[in-house]
Amino acid sequence: MAKAEFEVPELTEYTEVPKLEVGAMAHAKSFVAAPEFQQALNFKGELQDGWEQEVIDHMGDLLGKYRSLQVYLDSCVKCGACTDKCHYYLGTKDPKNMPVARQDLLRKVYRRYFTFAGKYFPKLVGATDLTREVLDDWYSYFHQCSQCRRCSVFCPYGIDTAEISMAAREIMDRIGLGQKYCNEIIGKVFRIGNNLGLPGPALEDTLEGLEEDVFDETGVEVKYPIDQKGAEILLVTPSADFFAEPHVDGLIGYGKVFHEAGVSWTLSSKASEAANFGMFIGSYENMRRISMRIREAALELGVKRIVFGECGHAWRVAYSFLNTLAGPFDFLDPKYPVPQHILEFTWGEMQKGTLNIDKSLNDDLVLTYHDSCNVARGSRMGTEPGGQFTIPRNVIKAVCNNFVDMAPETIHEKTFCCGGGGGLLTDDLMELRVKGAKPRMDALQNVIEEHGVTNMAAICAICKAQFTKVLPYYGMGMDMIMSVHQLVSNAIILTGQVTEDDDDESAEDAA
Amino acid sequence: MSFLTIAFVALFYIATLILVVGLARRIRLYWKTPAPLKIPTTPAPTTQSGVALRMFREVVFFESLFKSTKWTWLFGWVFHMALFAVLFRHLRYFQEPVWAPVAFVSPLFKYLAFAMVIGLLGLLARRMLVDRVRYITAPSDILMLLLLLGIGVTGALTTFVAHTDVVAVKSFFRHLMTFNFETMPNVPTDPLMVVHLLLVGVLMIIFPISKLLHAPGVFFSPSRNQVDNPREQRHVSDWAKKLEN
Ligand code: HEM
Ligand code: HEM
Ligand code: SF4
Ligand code: SF4
Repeated sequence: MAKAEFEVPELTEYTEVPKLEVGAMAHAKSFVAAPEFQQALNFKGELQDGWEQEVIDHMGDLLGKYRSLQVYLDSCVKCGACTDKCHYYLGTKDPKNMPVARQDLLRKVYRRYFTFAGKYFPKLVGATDLTREVLDDWYSYFHQCSQCRRCSVFCPYGIDTAEISMAAREIMDRIGLGQKYCNEIIGKVFRIGNNLGLPGPALEDTLEGLEEDVFDETGVEVKYPIDQKGAEILLVTPSADFFAEPHVDGLIGYGKVFHEAGVSWTLSSKASEAANFGMFIGSYENMRRISMRIREAALELGVKRIVFGECGHAWRVAYSFLNTLAGPFDFLDPKYPVPQHILEFTWGEMQKGTLNIDKSLNDDLVLTYHDSCNVARGSRMGTEPGGQFTIPRNVIKAVCNNFVDMAPETIHEKTFCCGGGGGLLTDDLMELRVKGAKPRMDALQNVIEEHGVTNMAAICAICKAQFTKVLPYYGMGMDMIMSVHQLVSNAIILTGQVTEDDDDESAEDAA
Repeated sequence: MSFLTIAFVALFYIATLILVVGLARRIRLYWKTPAPLKIPTTPAPTTQSGVALRMFREVVFFESLFKSTKWTWLFGWVFHMALFAVLFRHLRYFQEPVWAPVAFVSPLFKYLAFAMVIGLLGLLARRMLVDRVRYITAPSDILMLLLLLGIGVTGALTTFVAHTDVVAVKSFFRHLMTFNFETMPNVPTDPLMVVHLLLVGVLMIIFPISKLLHAPGVFFSPSRNQVDNPREQRHVSDWAKKLEN
C-alpha cells in the first residue's frame, strides 16, 4: 500500500528550506466535482462560456463582503517572511506553494481588474489577464493549501492565505469548477446527516456494539445514546468516530467520561457530524446551512449544553463561528460556554476529581502531541488565550506518565499541519499529502530517536486519518497515532469496574 | 516665480490631493467592508485593550516579523524606525515656530538617514539574493526600494555634503501650506534638492495605489485586530443577517 509512484522525501533532523523547483507540483489536481454535486450546493454545474466575466463579478462580490480579502490583497509588501513557512512548500519545493506566491495567483488578477496600477501598468506590478491557464493554476494550487493559517502567524500583517484560498474556491464553485471531494461530502451531510453517509439505523447498531464492547471489557454498562430527548448534553462528533481506528477509541473515551461525570448525554442522527466542509470551500451559506442542523438538533432534543468531540476544523467552526452562524443559543444553560470542547469537559471533571485515573495503565507508551492547526490557530479552549495548547497537554499528562513535546518551532501556534487538512484528504492528492507531512514527520522522527516516543496523540479526525495513511510512507507504524480520549479511556477506572489488577491476579491464579 | 517653482507648486498640490483623498477613500473602503466572521490568529487577546496592545507590538516592534525571519526583521525595522524619525525631524520644515521636541531631536536624528539607507540596502540585497524572495518580486517592488533609496541618499547628501538653502525650502512649503502665492520664494535649484523633492512627490502619488497601503492595512487586518470572544458575542454582518430570514 505504501508503495509510491512519487519520491517520498527523506526525513532530516531539521526541516531544511529547499531551493525552488518551478512546476514541481503543477500536475497535482484533485478531481473536479460532477454537475449534480455542484447543483446540490446551489452552485453552477459546470464551466460555461463567459466564465471570465463571472469570475471578475464574483471576485468583486467577495471583495465587498470580506474585509480580510480586500485588506490582504492590498497589503502584502512581498517581504518574503512567509515563503518558508508552508509545509507544502517545504515538502514539495514548488514555489507556488509559498504562501505569498499562492496569494499572488489571485492577487495578480485582482490587480489587473480592480486596481489603477494593474489596469494601466500591469507588467510593472505583476498583474495578468485572467486566462484558462490562470484558472487551472488556481484550481491546482488553491487545492494545495490546507488552510492551516501557519503563514498568517508569521506575516507582519497577519495575512491569512487560508482566507484567499477560501475566496478562490468559492469563486470556482460559483462558476462551476468545484472540487469533487469537498462538494460530494457536503452533499452527503445534507442528504444523510454526516460526511460518511452513515444512516441513523447504522449508527444505532454501531453504538450498541460499542456498549457491548465496553461492557465486555469493564463489566460496566456505559451507554452510548442517540436521539435521546431530554438529555443534558448533545455531543456532536466527527463521523469517523463511529467506527474508524483510532477515532472510535476516542468516542469510547467520551462515553466513559460522561458516565463517570454522571451527566446524561446523547448523540443526534440529524447532527451526526461535527465536520463542516462549508469552511473549506469558503461558502458562508453552506457553512451556515450545515451549522443550522446542530441548532435544530439541540432544540428538538431539548438539551442544555452542546459539546464537540475531537475534530480540528470542526472545532474552529464551532468555537469561532457557530454562535454567529446559528445562534443565539439562549435556550441552552447559560452557565456553560456554547459550544464546549470535550477536552474542556474532561479537564473540568479531572479538576473536580470525579474521574478515577490510573496513569500506569498507559505506561507502555511514550507520547507526544500534535497540535492540530485549526485548534491551534483558529480557536481556543478554556478561558485563557493558549488554553488550546495547555488543556490537551494537561489531560494527556493526567493520564500518562511519559510525555514529551516535539521541537518548539513545530508545536503550539507554530505547529505544522498534518498535510491533509482543508479539504485535501483525498486519494487523488496522495503525493501532496505525503510530501506536505514532511515537516511534521521530521519533528516526530526527532523525538522518536531522542526520547523513544512510541505514539503521537491528536484531537482531529482529519489528522488521525491522514497520519494513519501517511506514517507508513515514512516507515512508521500507522497505529502510532492515537486519540487523546483513547488515552483517557485506557487510564480511567470506571466505578464498579473489574480492574486489570483483578484480571492479573486471576490470570496469575490460573497459571 | 521660476518655471521650476511653478512645477513644484503644481506637483505638491496634486500629490497631496492624491495622497489624502486616495488614502481616505481606501481607509473608508476598509472601514465599510464587513468582516463577517471572527478570524483572529489565535492565541489572541480576549479584550479590546489586549487587541490594542497586540497591534502596538505589531506596529512598533514588528512582532510577527521578528518571529519569522531575523534578517528581514532587522533591516525592515531599522528602515521603518529611521524613516519615522526622519519624518519627525522633517516637521521643522513645515512648522513655524518649530515644535520644541522636534527642535530638540533634530541634531541627533539627522544621522538616522544612514540607518534608513542601510536598512533599505539590506532589504534590496535580500530581495535580489534570496531565491524565494526573488521569485515573488515584481519590478515595482524593486523600484519602490530604489525610490526610497533615492530620497534617502539625496536627503543625506544635502544634509551632510552639499547643503541647500533650507530657509528657502521651508519658506516655499510654508507659502504652499498657507496658499500664499504673492511672496512665494523660488525653490532652490541645486540638483540634489530638486531630485529629493521630485521623488517625494512621486512617493506621495503612488502611496494610495501601491503596496504602501500596508501602513493603513495593518490596522484593519482581521487576523490581528479582532477580539477572541466568539462564544460570548455574535458577530453577524449586515449581509449575513439577510440569510437569517
Ligand atoms: C504603520 C506604519 C507602518 C508599518 C507598521 C509598516 C510595517 C512594515 C513591515 C512589517 C514591513 C515588512 C518588512 C520589511 O520589508 O521591512 C514593511 C515593508 C515595507 N514598508 Fe512599511 N510600514 C509602515 C509604514 C510605511 C511607510 C510610511 C512606508 C513608506 C513611505 C513604508 C514602506 C515600506 C516598504 C517600501 C516596504 C517593503 C520593503 C521591501 O521591499 O522589502 N512603510 N512595512
Ligand atoms: C515635502 C516633503 C519633504 C521636504 C520638503 C524635504 C526636505 C528636506 C530637506 C530640506 C533636507 C535637508 C536638510 C538639511 O540640509 O539639513 C532633507 C533631508 C532628508 N530627507 Fe527630506 N524632505 C521631504 C520629504 C522626505 C521624505 C518623505 C523622506 C523619506 C522617505 C525624506 C528623507 C530625507 C532624509 C533621509 C534626509 C537626510 C537626513 C535629514 O536631514 O533628516 N524626506 N529633506
Ligand atoms: S494556510 Fe497553510 S497550507 Fe495554506 S499557504 Fe498558508 S501555510 Fe500553506
Ligand atoms: S509575510 Fe505577509 S506581507 Fe510578507 S510576503 Fe508573506 S503575505 Fe506578503
